Amino acid sequence: MRVAVLGATRGMGREVARRLATRGDSLVLLGRTPAALDELATDLQVRGARKVSTVPLDLADPTSFAPALDAAKAFLTRIDAVVITAGAFGTQEQLEDDVELCHRVLDLDFTKTILLCEEVRKRLLADGGGQLVVFSSVAGDRGRKTVGLYGATKAGLSHYLDALDHRYRSAGLVTTCVKPGFVRTEMTAGLKEPPFAADPDEVAEVVVAAIDRQSPQVYAPGIWRLVMLVIRHLPRFVMRRVGF
Amino acid sequence: MGTDLESLTRQATLSRGLGRSYGDASLPAQGVAEVVGTRLADRMLAFDEQTGVLRAQAGLSLHDLARTFLPRGWFSPVSPGTWYVTLGGMVASDIHGKNHHVAGTIGRHVRALRMRVASGEVLEVTRSSHPDLFAATLGGMGLTGHILEVELQLQKLSSPWIWRESIQCPSFDELLEGVAQSAEAWPQTVAWIDTLATGKHLGKGVLMRGRWARPEEAPARQPRRGLQPTVPFLAPSWAINDLTVRAINFAYYHKQIVPFVEGPVTPHSWFTPLDSIKHWSRAYGRRGFTQHQAVIPREAGLGKVREYCELIAKRGGTGLLCVLKDCGPEGEGLLSFPKPGISVPIDLPVKPGLQDFIDELNRFVLDVGGRIYLTKDGFTRREHFEAMEADRLPRFREVRRTWDPDLKLRSAMSQRLLGDPG
Repeated sequence: MRVAVLGATRGMGREVARRLATRGDSLVLLGRTPAALDELATDLQVRGARKVSTVPLDLADPTSFAPALDAAKAFLTRIDAVVITAGAFGTQEQLEDDVELCHRVLDLDFTKTILLCEEVRKRLLADGGGQLVVFSSVAGDRGRKTVGLYGATKAGLSHYLDALDHRYRSAGLVTTCVKPGFVRTEMTAGLKEPPFAADPDEVAEVVVAAIDRQSPQVYAPGIWRLVMLVIRHLPRFVMRRVGF
Repeated sequence: MGTDLESLTRQATLSRGLGRSYGDASLPAQGVAEVVGTRLADRMLAFDEQTGVLRAQAGLSLHDLARTFLPRGWFSPVSPGTWYVTLGGMVASDIHGKNHHVAGTIGRHVRALRMRVASGEVLEVTRSSHPDLFAATLGGMGLTGHILEVELQLQKLSSPWIWRESIQCPSFDELLEGVAQSAEAWPQTVAWIDTLATGKHLGKGVLMRGRWARPEEAPARQPRRGLQPTVPFLAPSWAINDLTVRAINFAYYHKQIVPFVEGPVTPHSWFTPLDSIKHWSRAYGRRGFTQHQAVIPREAGLGKVREYCELIAKRGGTGLLCVLKDCGPEGEGLLSFPKPGISVPIDLPVKPGLQDFIDELNRFVLDVGGRIYLTKDGFTRREHFEAMEADRLPRFREVRRTWDPDLKLRSAMSQRLLGDPG
């Protein structure tokens, strides 16, 4: 496959890129920090990627989207899939206390991510189709005490991705919404680990399988499908009482 | 924890990999709040397909290395009993494997290390550039400097599968003789022993010998780890008791219905049987467990190995997968564990009386001129350790004095065994 990845220098994005590289895919790494991108490009090359290039893209700056995607396509000749795992994070307490951070998380994780998806959508459809793989979160499945604000962006994002898949799958644009549970990454370092916490690599395995199956939605690890099924159906009086 | 080890290690007193060692080697010294976690620093930096030389950051796990390189026909020339270890940890423990008698420890295959030493300098360390520091770092438990990068010679494989023979042995002598005889023709040998068998059944076990399969013996597909069941939460502390271990050991001995089995197996199951159960250590419950591993030197004789196993069996050292290994010659690491003889590891649930038991084991080991494996140790007393290492420890201390006169790099283990200040 020929894949462009945003957010490949860290966490889950990095492990997805590695799994794709190991099987010999061609990759373009999109991101803000050239040094980090170049370091990862070397890693992916050693792991067996057919070819790897890096292209600057800043999620906060929508004017960077079009040129970056043009450059990615020029390198890959055709883009089969775009993986988006970038974003910002804050705990509920941090976001409640810090308006600036809150604004940034709401803006990047919802508005800017969707603007980027739209740019990708137009291009993939113009090229006859492709796959858009976007990392949302189980936090968007139910309003919960501990992830209200962050979860709201993910709820909106999941909703958008769901609709995108309904609308364009017949035209050849496959949308995959990835909903990871708690994953041990730099983003979550220092947070208390809930049950079913997973390593980025376990998530990546599930995600790559979902890309191959062209699933519209995937929980990673899979156990979260069950967990969220339960949580979505918990009555309100229970949600008010429990701590999560 | 992070991907940039060079900046993270600037002030730190210790680095830690995946934390799979059984004792306090990767725990901070008293009064130190944090150690550097290297596991996110796991980039591969270079690989030469012609020579098989891999260079990577210290946090690269063997699990990752296996997944990436087994399909390409390369692997680490030495593999410990778990792949959830980092390259840096493998060097710091100077790990050995089932092929120790032919391949030595991992140190033999390390070509270079990039290290941050106590002075803050970052150095490229090789056998020829800094012979003393290189030798002290192999098996040096992270006390000589932070390992940032490792350059390792990989081994070219005839196939990604292992050809193994597995032979039931009803008695101790047969088992140990079998291991000794297999050593010449087989690069990989171990003996699994039922720790709860006593009397005439003492030493009942299974002799396992293996080698990388020849292409014509190997299945055409790539080997994969099967389903990994998990222990989802901490078991109650009584879950591992004599009865359950007896049942597990019985199953393990009799899982081969006939006394002799041969055929190809995946390297996953050959090298790391316990990795196939995620979070297996949770089965020991909240109190947890430790290990003790000693080598009984060849010159002490097999009789002493038998005595040692009797001592363990008598005290009811409950243990899963106790695997004896005949070690080959000593490596170049100043504090490396293996030396010619039989290495005997034992799992020990943490419970009252543990300290006395470990002291008793250590007195025995000391008597026969053996030594213990620091990676497995959390309870040995300083005087026992110093007596066991009377010949080698002064040299290690000297190298440490040269590179770290103020003992900046230290751990809970170095406080316990070397008397480092808090």
